[in-house]
Amino acid sequence: MIQQDTLKFEIEQLLEAIDFRYGYDFRHYARASLERRIKHRVGLSGLKHVTEMIPKILHDPNYFDLFLKDMSITVTEMFRDPYVFKKIRGDVCTHLSTYPRINIWHAGCATGEEVYSMAILLKEEGLLEKTRIYATDYNDYSLAIAKKGIYGAEHMKLFTKNYIASGGKTSFSDYYVSKYNSAKIDESLKQHITFANHNLMKDQVFAEMHLIVCRNVLIYFDKELQNRVLDLFKQSLIHRCYLILGDKETLDFSCVNDEFELSSKKERIYRKKNVL
Amino acid sequence: MSYEAIVIGVSAGGLNALHTIIPELPKEYPLPVIVVQHRLPEADDFLTTYLDQESKLHVKQAEPREPIQQGVYIAPAGYHLLVERDRTFGFSVDPKVNNAIPSIDVLFETAADAYQNKLVGIVLTGANSDGSQGLKFIKKNGGLTIVQAPNTAESPFMPKAAIEALEVDHIMPLVDIGAFLKTLPYTEKA
Repeated sequence: MIQQDTLKFEIEQLLEAIDFRYGYDFRHYARASLERRIKHRVGLSGLKHVTEMIPKILHDPNYFDLFLKDMSITVTEMFRDPYVFKKIRGDVCTHLSTYPRINIWHAGCATGEEVYSMAILLKEEGLLEKTRIYATDYNDYSLAIAKKGIYGAEHMKLFTKNYIASGGKTSFSDYYVSKYNSAKIDESLKQHITFANHNLMKDQVFAEMHLIVCRNVLIYFDKELQNRVLDLFKQSLIHRCYLILGDKETLDFSCVNDEFELSSKKERIYRKKNVL
Repeated sequence: MSYEAIVIGVSAGGLNALHTIIPELPKEYPLPVIVVQHRLPEADDFLTTYLDQESKLHVKQAEPREPIQQGVYIAPAGYHLLVERDRTFGFSVDPKVNNAIPSIDVLFETAADAYQNKLVGIVLTGANSDGSQGLKFIKKNGGLTIVQAPNTAESPFMPKAAIEALEVDHIMPLVDIGAFLKTLPYTEKA
């Protein structure tokens, strides 16, 4: 048997052990990036084979924590793809402003950069006061970073550039305080954000939303899990309200494609259709 | 030995290097060619459009989950491009590797997992060492490894780093690579 088949088998065993012991089912994750992370952890742990991780995972919750931490590492930016935020300032905000209260869900918010970007944007558009942003992730390590809202000072140049390109109305430095080598995002923004653990792999809808933002999360899932998540979004969204996906993500060929219309293609903004 | 895919990694000087190789391939070239060209996350798809205009083969940006078939696929800016075992594309926003996203190593290593010894890896001009580890892994899995002769590279650092990292199968001048690729035996589709 070639070594490759062995590796595939080993990874399946590991994922099954994780699901059995901790109830996280990573079997619906796209394999290639997951495998890279697992192999990396095998190396760091001084192990030779993926199967050697299994006893550690089963009997040592701290080791599983490490695994979760590995899984939490994705990279984003404040106002990533500025043109998307620019579009939100226009059409989307105009529609949102017609509601007396606004609920927004950042599903898979990771380390929170885009959540704070949204809060800043809403503040500038005069909508933040009537908005509640739910920022959720299954990973407590990511959530802890998101809640703190402290980012490396070295990123501020890029974030500022993005902010300006997104149509920012004041100076980006109004929204953070620099301390040593880090920048702490304005505390007052947090009053409108609820950070919570929510697992797209198994948890249900928790509120009715006017806007759902889920960018660069679906690329990590297989088709089945993508459809599960998109169905949750469909249930959660109020009619004529918006879903925003990542730059390379689309509803084409998904199970909810017929229930949404494309509002702006480049920005990947979808709108839930009225049910006739 | 026959092959089923080609992966190319290139950085500084890439536009000219790719323009030397890709247009030389015929319209029905059987092996998919998958390219990581380092560039800024906000880069547009000029590279793809330009190469497509200049080539007989169809050149396009890779899309998530797209089945890999004939043609040239370019990794979009701002994402790692991976090859899944079922020979579709995977995307990630994982941290930079070798200070790069997309990273050549990420493409090469996952492609080597998917294609095993049916893969051809090529490292071209560039000013860093991304691609060396990936090329080493391709070789380890039995694939074919090619590096652009450093003295024909606009930026020789990346080819040199690859040559130091492993015993590559072919070191060849940029102008010879396209012709060589046309001679590669390929696996007929079942």
